[in-house]
Amino acid sequence: MSQAESSFVRKQMLPQATPPIAETGVLKWLRENLFSSPANALLTVVAIYVVYQLVVASAPWIVNGIWVSPSLSACREMLDGKVGACFAVLTERWNQLLFGFKYPSELYWRPGLAFILLFVAAAPLLFFKFIPSKFLVLTGLYPFVAYWLIWGGTIFIPLFALLGVLVGAYVYKKTLFASAGMAVIAGFLAALIFWILSGYVIPDLETVMVLQPVESRDLGGFMINLMLGVTCISLSVPFGILLALGRQSSMPIIKWICVVFIEFIRGVPLITLLFVANVVLGYFLPPGTSFDLILRVIIMITMFASAYIAEVIRGGLAALPKGQYEAADSLGLDYAQAMQFIILPQALKISIPGIVNVAVGLFKDTTLVSVISMFDIVGMIRGPILASSEWNGVYWELFGFAAVLFFVTCYGISQYSQWLERQLQTDHH
Amino acid sequence: MAAEEKVQVSDKAAVEITKMNKWFGTFHVLRDIDLTVYQGERIVIAGPSGSGKSTLIRCINALEEHQKGSITVDGTVLSNDVKNIDRIRSEVGMVFQHFNLFPHLTILENCTLAPIWVRKTPKREAEDVAMHFLTKVKIPEQADKYPGQLSGGQQQRVAIARSLCMKPRIMLFDEPTSALDPEMISEVLDTMIQLAEEGMTMCCVTHEMGFARKVANRVIFMDEGQIVEQNEPEEFFNNPKSERTKLFLSQILGH
Amino acid sequence: MTTATDPPKASFHVSQLIYDTRYRSYTFQFIALILLIMAVAYLGGNLLQNLARQGQNISFGFLSDPAGYDINQRPIEYDSQSTHLRAAFVGVLNTLIVAVLGCVTATILGVTAGILRISPNWLVRKLMAGYVEAFRNVPVLIWILIIFTIMTAVTPAPSAFRGDDPASNMLFGAFAITNRGGYFPAPIWGPGSSVVGLTFLASIFGAIYYRRYATKLLYDTGKLLPMVWPALLILFVPTILVYFILGQPITFDYPALAGFNFQGGIHVRGSLLALWLALAVYTGAFIAENVRAGIQAVDRGQTEAAASLGLRPRRIMNLVILPQALRVIIPPLISQYLNLTKNSSLAIAVGYMDVTGTLGGITLNQTGRAIESVLLLMLFYLAISLGISAIMNIYNNSIKLKER
Repeated sequence: MSQAESSFVRKQMLPQATPPIAETGVLKWLRENLFSSPANALLTVVAIYVVYQLVVASAPWIVNGIWVSPSLSACREMLDGKVGACFAVLTERWNQLLFGFKYPSELYWRPGLAFILLFVAAAPLLFFKFIPSKFLVLTGLYPFVAYWLIWGGTIFIPLFALLGVLVGAYVYKKTLFASAGMAVIAGFLAALIFWILSGYVIPDLETVMVLQPVESRDLGGFMINLMLGVTCISLSVPFGILLALGRQSSMPIIKWICVVFIEFIRGVPLITLLFVANVVLGYFLPPGTSFDLILRVIIMITMFASAYIAEVIRGGLAALPKGQYEAADSLGLDYAQAMQFIILPQALKISIPGIVNVAVGLFKDTTLVSVISMFDIVGMIRGPILASSEWNGVYWELFGFAAVLFFVTCYGISQYSQWLERQLQTDHH
Repeated sequence: MAAEEKVQVSDKAAVEITKMNKWFGTFHVLRDIDLTVYQGERIVIAGPSGSGKSTLIRCINALEEHQKGSITVDGTVLSNDVKNIDRIRSEVGMVFQHFNLFPHLTILENCTLAPIWVRKTPKREAEDVAMHFLTKVKIPEQADKYPGQLSGGQQQRVAIARSLCMKPRIMLFDEPTSALDPEMISEVLDTMIQLAEEGMTMCCVTHEMGFARKVANRVIFMDEGQIVEQNEPEEFFNNPKSERTKLFLSQILGH
Repeated sequence: MTTATDPPKASFHVSQLIYDTRYRSYTFQFIALILLIMAVAYLGGNLLQNLARQGQNISFGFLSDPAGYDINQRPIEYDSQSTHLRAAFVGVLNTLIVAVLGCVTATILGVTAGILRISPNWLVRKLMAGYVEAFRNVPVLIWILIIFTIMTAVTPAPSAFRGDDPASNMLFGAFAITNRGGYFPAPIWGPGSSVVGLTFLASIFGAIYYRRYATKLLYDTGKLLPMVWPALLILFVPTILVYFILGQPITFDYPALAGFNFQGGIHVRGSLLALWLALAVYTGAFIAENVRAGIQAVDRGQTEAAASLGLRPRRIMNLVILPQALRVIIPPLISQYLNLTKNSSLAIAVGYMDVTGTLGGITLNQTGRAIESVLLLMLFYLAISLGISAIMNIYNNSIKLKER
């Protein structure tokens, strides 16, 4: 190669050129995304056909839908042979689908308000990075307010329950400095003592500051699904933490108690646990006491969720580098201090997406209570509504409505979880 | 002697290890270790990987349990009593290879956590002490950041400051520079040298032989769980006695 | 000098029980054990008191009493005079049937959907995402009920298949889905069918052997034989030949209308069809996500490295991507099987007589033996779960070893 060929100096810089026409615009997108190869083109055609069929099958049904009608037969008359939905069942029976058929209709505002407040209460927890932590007070108050709104009765029951928690928290805070381990126990005992004592006072206050009481068995509809989901998940997180720590423990007896509990619960279907709540649990309670079915169901679902949450948190604990434990040890922190200040805050943060997954699954599973003849939304549909003479045979509209309710809630939660995961990934490291 | 120019070593023992043995399962990691570290003394422990040098200093603050022999730290015999273990740990600072800062706490919170909860120092005072030591390791301006936002060298200096905040009488360093990028090693070593000059009792497991020459009173060479040779740095490097030591030195100083 | 492990005996204090690392774990465990025993004793005491008050006892004797109820889908002989134990056993078999059918179908659906979810085709990707999200975010019970409704309220009655111009036609003249369930052709094993079966079995081994041989040839001599087509030929040609040479020994009994209902063929009840389909489609959505995640978990660099070595796309998939992806996919896949089996207990909502329907349903209600029935029911599911997790552990350990 001669000198002239191998050496080169550019005299003029090239300007940026536009790409060839095939490389831009809709055509390029279509070719790359839908028709990149014969097989791909075939897939596209099949997919378009499927979408077409879905649209053809459902569009007239939705468009022709009747929204006002007293019964299915009236609906059919109005449709006059056309294909169409009878959404009138929703406009007629929405209250039963949401609140059950026995909840006094003049009190719907109470669970409705509790539902709206749920968002206010959940926000500081869900968006903890954007909302100052002092608003967590609202989250803490919510269970007591919601209980009072839904069940009614004297305000002193939720109030004393709240005071018990506050007393426990106060004792915890005061003893924390002396010993982090004893503080947990002392706080718990203080709350327990307060509750037991207040149990003697409450009967005298039954008539003070009363909202019209509603019996547990009068609750129903989607409200039950939401209530069971929220209650059981919130209760199961602390139990899940304890079980996970127990399972990680180096003490064989404690470890095996936790392992057996977790694996047993995870090994059986939720429905068998609901059977336990329905027909077996009563045998294990002191003779003469009777628990609400709803309370028994809450106990069993909480046990169920705790086992799953424990496994999620165990994963979080295992994901922490060993160095974190060693660093805490080397500074002289004891077990309870290391857990509360170093290990759990980090492990829980890692576990949030997993916990949200469990929550979504559990929320969907609350429909199983319809099998033990509780009237949640599925129970309402299969029971009172489909059995009524007006609406016997309206399947799609009802099941579709329930499916949409669940879809909106669960899809929303899982989108939130994915958003949160992205947030946590970019978090400081 | 070179060492005596740099230090005043008291004849009171800071750490006294007698006939200490440790097994991992059936593997005999530490065999009949006898070692006394005097107050104000700086010791560098060297040796090939797997020789048990990290395990040795981790035994001193009971991160590892030993099975035979005794360890006395600052006059307290290391026993199975948890209160005793916690007391010794609060007297002994430890710096890890991977820093082990708490990523969910700010730099300042990292430094004040143990003083507040273990030493029961009032928060305000703990923060003043923390800022003092952060200034000393030359990163006071990072106090409100999180560990993940700092470079490796800065993190390791925070880790040193975090240990110092407990006002320890002895500092243990477990390969403090091994996980660092080359350009960050010197800033950590400078901090350690400064500490040495102030008379802190130090046990360092490290491969930084320059550091050993400069600050150590004694270099201890370990292999196969035993102390093979110990000597003053000059003697150790210029005139090693054992064949194993010679081989080791030729390997790490070979290039 | 004192040693750490050997403190002077005289200095034992009660406080050592809490503060000495050697004793404190025993102390805590002892306390935990005492608390456990107290809890069990309390619950057990309540149980005994309650039983005594109601004049009941715990006994499994009822299992040998005649059940007195009928089960519509029975894989083994059973009538209302059979015992409760046999009823439970029929239920167990029914559970296993729907679980196995569901797992196989869910795997096929899920793998297909999972692969389509990462297809380069935008429309297909979106469609599959729609499928996955729709099924993952709606309770399985609602899906079971919806599909059961399709089976019972939307499918035609058998009478719709009658006449010269019927409202419904059988699929390929052999399959009919009616509101009384599905009717499928049943194979009749004529003489010589065993020979056909054995030929097919031998062909499978033949095909495997051929692939091994081809691989060995490649390793030994570097000569690469075509792998797929010859193997397929070996698999099917001999069997088809033998089938025709022996004069078609295997025939099918096609369902046919007789009066108001179909006769002949295999009758699958609508409840089983609905449960099977719903569980398969629901679990398939979860499996699709696992498959997608598994394939995407393999680093892009792996594809690039393999491509830069000159491997063709299909070989990259078979030799590099899949072996790595399977390690990620299989553990969650197995736990999806477990979930499907547990969800099959929702059979009770559509009246399919699985073990929850027989033992936990009718037997429980008829005998009032709630504790015993629920306990047995739980033990059954627990045994299945533990069995499946044992398999999973073996698998996990085997891949862990290979990583070393």
